[in-house]
Amino acid sequence: MTTTTTSVLPVEARRDEAAPRREVPAWLKGSRRWLADAGAGWLLPFGLLAVWEAAARLDLLTETILPAPSAVLLAAWTLLLKGELLTHIGVSGARALAGFAVGGLIGFGLGLANGLSAASRTLTDTTLQMIRNVPHLALVPLVIIWFGIDEGAKLFLVALGVFFPIYVNTLLGILTVDPQLIEMGRAYGMSNTALFRRVLLPGALPSIFVGVRYGLGIMWLTLIVAETIAASSGLGYMAMQAREFLLVDIVVLAIIIYALLGKLADSVARALERRCLQWHPSFRNS
Amino acid sequence: MSENQQSRRGAALRLTGVGRDFGANTVLRGVDLQVAAGEFVAIIGRSGCGKSTLLRLLAGLDRPTRGRIALGTGEASGSARIMFQEPRLLPWARVVENVEVGVSEAEAPAARRARALALLGEVGLADRAEEWPGVLSGGQRQRVALARALASRPELLLLDEPLGALDALTRIEMQRLLERIWQHQGFTAVLVTHDVSEALALADRVVLIDRGTIALDLRVDVPRPRRRDRPELGAMEEQILDRLFDGATTSPATAAA
Ligand SMILES: Nc1ncnc2c1ncn2[C@@H]1O[C@H](COP(=O)(O)OP(=O)(O)O)[C@@H](O)[C@H]1O
Ligand SMILES: [Mg+2]
Repeated sequence: MTTTTTSVLPVEARRDEAAPRREVPAWLKGSRRWLADAGAGWLLPFGLLAVWEAAARLDLLTETILPAPSAVLLAAWTLLLKGELLTHIGVSGARALAGFAVGGLIGFGLGLANGLSAASRTLTDTTLQMIRNVPHLALVPLVIIWFGIDEGAKLFLVALGVFFPIYVNTLLGILTVDPQLIEMGRAYGMSNTALFRRVLLPGALPSIFVGVRYGLGIMWLTLIVAETIAASSGLGYMAMQAREFLLVDIVVLAIIIYALLGKLADSVARALERRCLQWHPSFRNS
Repeated sequence: MSENQQSRRGAALRLTGVGRDFGANTVLRGVDLQVAAGEFVAIIGRSGCGKSTLLRLLAGLDRPTRGRIALGTGEASGSARIMFQEPRLLPWARVVENVEVGVSEAEAPAARRARALALLGEVGLADRAEEWPGVLSGGQRQRVALARALASRPELLLLDEPLGALDALTRIEMQRLLERIWQHQGFTAVLVTHDVSEALALADRVVLIDRGTIALDLRVDVPRPRRRDRPELGAMEEQILDRLFDGATTSPATAAA
């Protein structure tokens, strides 16, 4: 899981209202901004890419083990011209989004219901926690029996994988909203709807975002496995086909595209988070 | 006090034999108290004597085990607002939106905004309306909370040690602000505090709670604004502290002013 290991917002940090900001010395500020502008985070990957290319050119890597980045790029260009690449990306992207939407919405809905109603929680939470202990990828053989290699199989697996992180973090978010704020809302005459809209939901949002970003990671992971094992289109299928014909460049291409898509999804989630949590000390820009 | 608005007058308050038990623990055991409309009453007592419990009963956040609480003078029902020890501002809402929480949701959005801005002006924070509460100082946050509490023009304002966490200078500043707004708006005020000199600086009456009942009910007939070095105030402070530690077995650290 490449996208989810970055530091996520610790739930406890939400209560401290004005965490002291670290002072950056003036002479450092300029260079920091320059580094950020130049995308310092990209230096290392591009450096590695250069080393890899050099190694391939110097015949330190065999083409059938790991082709040069330029060869992968060439393969990408060829597939792009044939129109195959975009089709596969489109198919995989649609599967990812559909699975995320289904699993995410169900998880969000159940998380809210169980966070707001003790009755609903007693009824369903134990069951859900039990199911959570089954690794969803262990269900792959069963799912193939049920759905064959239909779209249903991928949708089911992705939705199931995405469901739990979003469910758990929504539930946690609602349950950990500061009870003093809830009491304040009631004392100030808020209706249940107003209390939900102005206190509970915004209070749970940081935690929900943690769930969303975690869920995005699981989404790609599940899709890769599902498409590799049971599919007749999509990036995973493209990679498996290429493997049969020993087209290593296309295999590597598929892996890289997965990584880029994962990064893209995470970036979108982060941007959304930054927008929605402006009030939070961790996201306050000025 | 002018009376050009309907809610300028405060609500009267009458408690008869009010008691509250938590399981086997009897916290309040028969509190009789009458507060006149527009009066400023301070409630003091040792930590854990039931001051907050009493205030929560007055705010309707809790129900008495025994006794009756009557608010208002017959024709007016009396609206109460409570201000907590912590500001309890919504960190995800701008300062002005936090004050709007106190305005009735029945009002039009523009009217709510105007009312909230007017109150922010009264507490001297008009220029901070669009900020997040997280960037304000402790005293400023408590002023926003005060503006929120006043936004619905309450007839009874309940204050649970709202200044307890502030530094000495900010506290005096807030006391003056509170006194000015109270004089201006004429609501009934019940202030819980552990600071005897604060009670004497602000209140018409100081009520001391001990062992679940009212142990002392002292009228403070000193004209406002009060200077802290008035000899009457010093004498009353002595009297209250004496009564507080009268027969007390614990150390006298609780109410040292
Ligand atoms: N919800 C509650 N459940 C049980 N005991 C309570 C509750 N609220 C207050 N108490 C008890 O009542 C007593 C008085 O509390 P409180 O009114 O908060 O005191 P204070 O005068 O310091 O404000 C304490 O002993 C406290 O433990
Ligand atoms: Mg208290």
